[in-house]
Amino acid sequence: MNRSLERHRNIIDFALSSLLRRKGKNISLLMVYTLIVFLVAAIMFFTHALKREASLILQDAPDMVVQRMVAGRHDPIPINYGKRIAAIRGVSAVRPRVWGYYYEPVVGANYTMMTSDSQAQGTVTIGSGVARTLRLTDGDLMTFRNYNGVPTLFQVQKIMPYESELVAADLVVTAESDLRELFNFPRGHATDLAVTVGNPRELTTVAAKIVLLLPDTRPILRSEILRTYDSIFDWRGGMMIVMLSIAVLSFVIFAWDKATGLSAEERKEIGILKSLGWETTDVLLLKFWEGTVISLSAFLVGVILAYGHVFFFSASLFEHALKGWAILYPQFKLVPVVDGGQLAILFFLTVVPYAVATIIPSWRAATLDPDAAMRS
Amino acid sequence: MRKSTLFIFFTSINIIFLILLMLHSWTSLRTVGAFLRPCTDIARELQLTDLCLFTEARYTRNPSMADLHAPFQDHPLALEHFPSGSLVTPLRVRPGAL
Repeated sequence: MNRSLERHRNIIDFALSSLLRRKGKNISLLMVYTLIVFLVAAIMFFTHALKREASLILQDAPDMVVQRMVAGRHDPIPINYGKRIAAIRGVSAVRPRVWGYYYEPVVGANYTMMTSDSQAQGTVTIGSGVARTLRLTDGDLMTFRNYNGVPTLFQVQKIMPYESELVAADLVVTAESDLRELFNFPRGHATDLAVTVGNPRELTTVAAKIVLLLPDTRPILRSEILRTYDSIFDWRGGMMIVMLSIAVLSFVIFAWDKATGLSAEERKEIGILKSLGWETTDVLLLKFWEGTVISLSAFLVGVILAYGHVFFFSASLFEHALKGWAILYPQFKLVPVVDGGQLAILFFLTVVPYAVATIIPSWRAATLDPDAAMRS
Repeated sequence: MRKSTLFIFFTSINIIFLILLMLHSWTSLRTVGAFLRPCTDIARELQLTDLCLFTEARYTRNPSMADLHAPFQDHPLALEHFPSGSLVTPLRVRPGAL
């Protein structure tokens, strides 16, 4: 046992010396490799955490939202549609939601305007993203231009906590009557209807009945809302596919470079080792340890850096992807969600391809004829 | 000191660090309810349907509530909102839904 361990340690010593002889090449290889692992791991951690948070936060979203469609577009829905929907067996409550968007031309930001029964008239509760963008504090006045272009003042009653930015960064909550006046929102209409169904298994049946009863409506189930977030951060989704394809492409180039063979110096080195009595298995073991030193180090360092970046530094590198063209963007911290399964996937995505790419050159190196190798 | 000792030391430190991070993740998951309470409370009270991730257009701010044909409708000369527009895919609707 000890003899075998000592043999491996001797070979690791030799492999490390051999790697350090080509310091420049191997350090750059390690850096590129670590960067690729970091990128893949950071995307995986970020999207998993966001998907999980979306499912936790939106578990209390309405069972179903019913919109009215006019000429293919979402239009205010008559509130009396709610009474007809409430009469369907299985529907336990229908609540009209009055909400919309407001473009603030001064800073170029879009707000989401919501209404709440608990909001006093003439006051607003704002998300911390809005407060940050406009540098507002409690008690300040906020101006909105109404549908006529007349400025209307609202007092900031409360700023929502920073911890709520993931849902509320751009929210402005007003009293329903204020929002109706501001936008000249038609009386007797709402933006959509939030429908509660007693038995979740009846949701699709109730949705079908609503479409039958009111053919100009579109019911959206909570499961569909949750699926939207699954698809945004899906493996096949935008961010993943763009980032992963870049990472995989760089990896292919880098593995190809590795797989295309050995340098003259390396061939000579192997020739000398074999002429000194090294067996083919010893050379294979040497190459295995060379690959392991690089891939294991890159994997461990890349994963640790990705974890720190996503969960301790709020994924600042992905900030630009989230910001896009928006002036107002959320700043949030994610709850770490990393398990053995994710690490195993990462390992197989990053370390195994490298190991496979190095098998052929290792085998070719190990079976070299020492005389031919030294003469080349 | 032998090079292999240094390598084993370096790898062990990294593995220990990784195990600590896994423990951190595990303990954070136990407090996730309290951590997300401000978000869940607001989402429940206001009956919110979407996360606030991309605020530049209706269909990126509320992807689950957007028109099915929403992208490219902001302005005749408006370019697609990149990258958020390319991340937000159309809502998958049930067969038979509008």
